[in-house]
Amino acid sequence: MRQIAIYGKGGIGKSTTTQNIVSGLAEAGYKAMIVGCDPKADSTRLILNQKAQTTVMDLARERGTVEDLELHEVLLTGFRGVRCAESGGPEPGVGCAGRGVITAINFLEENGAYTPDLDYVFYDVLGDVVCGGFAMPIREGKAKEIYIVTSGEMMAMYAANNISRGILKYAQSGGVRLGGLICNSRKTDKEYELITEFASKLGTQMIHFVPRDNEVQRAELRRMTVIEYSAKHPQADEYRSLAKKIAENRNLVIPTPLSMDELETLLVEFGILDQEAVA
Amino acid sequence: MISLKIKDHSELFREPEYQEQFERKREFENCPSREEVARVSEWTKTDDYKEKNFARKHIKINPAKACQPLGALYATLGFENTLPFLQGAQGCMAYFRSHLNRHFKEPVQGVSSSMTEDAAVFGGVNNLTEGLENAYALYKPKMMAVFTSCIAEVIGDDLNAYIKNAKEKGVIPADLLTPYANTPSFAGSHITGYDNMMKGILSSLNAGKSGEPNGKTNVIMGFDPYIGNYREIKRMLNLMDVKHVILSDVSDSLDSPNTGEAKLYRGLTTLEDAQDAINASSTVVLQKYSTLKSVEHMKKDWNQKFLVKQPIGIRTTDEFLDELSKITGKAIPKELEEERGRVVDAMIDSHPYVHGKRFALVGDPDLLMGMVSILMELGGEPVHIVCTNGDKTFAEDMEALLASRPFGASGRVYINKDMWHLRSLMFTDPVDLLIGSSYAKLLWRDTKTPLIRFGFPLFDRHHLHRYPIIGYQGALNIVTTIVNAILDELDRSTIDTTSFDVIR
Repeated sequence: MRQIAIYGKGGIGKSTTTQNIVSGLAEAGYKAMIVGCDPKADSTRLILNQKAQTTVMDLARERGTVEDLELHEVLLTGFRGVRCAESGGPEPGVGCAGRGVITAINFLEENGAYTPDLDYVFYDVLGDVVCGGFAMPIREGKAKEIYIVTSGEMMAMYAANNISRGILKYAQSGGVRLGGLICNSRKTDKEYELITEFASKLGTQMIHFVPRDNEVQRAELRRMTVIEYSAKHPQADEYRSLAKKIAENRNLVIPTPLSMDELETLLVEFGILDQEAVA
Repeated sequence: MISLKIKDHSELFREPEYQEQFERKREFENCPSREEVARVSEWTKTDDYKEKNFARKHIKINPAKACQPLGALYATLGFENTLPFLQGAQGCMAYFRSHLNRHFKEPVQGVSSSMTEDAAVFGGVNNLTEGLENAYALYKPKMMAVFTSCIAEVIGDDLNAYIKNAKEKGVIPADLLTPYANTPSFAGSHITGYDNMMKGILSSLNAGKSGEPNGKTNVIMGFDPYIGNYREIKRMLNLMDVKHVILSDVSDSLDSPNTGEAKLYRGLTTLEDAQDAINASSTVVLQKYSTLKSVEHMKKDWNQKFLVKQPIGIRTTDEFLDELSKITGKAIPKELEEERGRVVDAMIDSHPYVHGKRFALVGDPDLLMGMVSILMELGGEPVHIVCTNGDKTFAEDMEALLASRPFGASGRVYINKDMWHLRSLMFTDPVDLLIGSSYAKLLWRDTKTPLIRFGFPLFDRHHLHRYPIIGYQGALNIVTTIVNAILDELDRSTIDTTSFDVIR
């Protein structure tokens, strides 16, 4: 069983990308599970073709404790047998979403969600490694492989660099490795070259460049992945290709995050930042 | 009749069957050999180890402090009909209560909102709302003083908003007194928690109450674990004819007479008095470091005279009474002067035995200031002064105190250090006597330095907290305790010599 965590800046397209990758793997005959680790709970809707599913923490809130939950209530099956769970969490502004992720993953583990027949478990993790809870998927021998979704936008790269720092910490104490950057194109200038260079500076690779295409949007509106919605569309092939690359990827590294200066120099080199703005 | 002899556990575990079990346990746990343990144990007494010990950054070993909510709970216990309410886990409250039980040998009331894992995720608003509702329905207190432990603080529960909501929802009466304080266990210590809760209570109860002066003197004890001190300050104030109100008077809550009738909430400070504290003519605060924020708040908002001074020993009691006399306009009565004379006489009798004796001390900052002061009055030399919960201001105050007398010349103060640091100090630079709480008996065991018990907590000797250590009477108690500990030790060390004397 390979456990993989997908991190990246909020709004960068983690959930969409994850679900399309998993669809690609499922189509290729792999058994996969997605665990959404985000209080927004939008990590599985394209697989399940429904609005947000009932989350572990939704039911825990309803019943007062997670101990009264049954696995089948929170583990649903969607497109091509992909199993889906969402941690869920508190309302914005109260409680602790990170603890929610920990509670949910512990529940799934203790109640047998991780069956031996699974080839892949994907964790779709909120924004950034902001606290111990959001690092849960890469703690204690769970996900050993991480992919960061980014784009050529400056803030997405900042976030990717920060996440690499988080990975570095866990890589030194455990076996977590960075598998690569997934560039979810925003059609910024020299995006392909920039992310290729950025990846190499991080000691990793740009595993795939996902071009921007409105077909993704159209599929999303119908609560489907591109692979399910328009299997013959070139964009579906992009995701299949990405899924295949991940399945075959052996290039797993301890990242070498950049200092702020190095990152800004890189952006200057590619003409994204003005020299003056940095100085 | 079957006679059943039940062995005390001090004998039981010496029986061969237990000794055999302990051996098997050693084997099972693959313990290092006794020789190796002895070797390392000896090494921990060296300068080499001390250097490593003091370079230690990431752990505390036997810190001399408890956590904030414990102090907060203590602050609430002296108010009439007040239910302490912890926004936190049951286990936290159980610990605070049992810690106080073990020191005072008295029951302590308090409820918690029983926060569990789901509360950690969703926030504790439901726990607080339902907790307030239940506790109010069951116990009908006049005041519920709310404070927090770690879980609520880590997730950032908004006490102010939650309590307001609970009142708006009508689960508790809108006019119920509900002061609160944020008291995270992972910051500060019990003295900070005491301070935060006291400030919470005083500020909330006196908001908008400024009115006719009542001519009284408020008294705030600080985190004072000596019930005897409460009774002593009242006696002194009565002798001086100073009309006073102790803010949080725990003397019945934590030392109640056994009359056969069990009562909850024996706090002696009436809520009426507590809500009129702002109109007193003066406030006297007997500790400095456990009341920093409360005093700052009162000085800002309360238009009255303030005296912050701890009367431990002759000199500070003199100063305390002089200043008290000044701010209240009341003369120091002859009775107190005579008391002073008797204690000074007692000190003259005892000082030859204390003079030149070297002391190590560990405890709360206020207690340490007092003990160092009186020790130097007796000619004792404070050498190692360890204060886990002392800050830089305390260190400076202590250094100034040490510098004020020749007996302080070899004294050094260590803030943020623990009893394992003190252990190194005591092995590498031995002293004659140790002053500290019951936890310091581990240092007595290791270093064989006689322990004189002062401070908090005192779990392993009875009734010490019932005797005052403040004022002239308190000074007499301290002198008696210290000199007799020295004499006990003298007898022990001369037991088979010509110096084993009946007269000391």
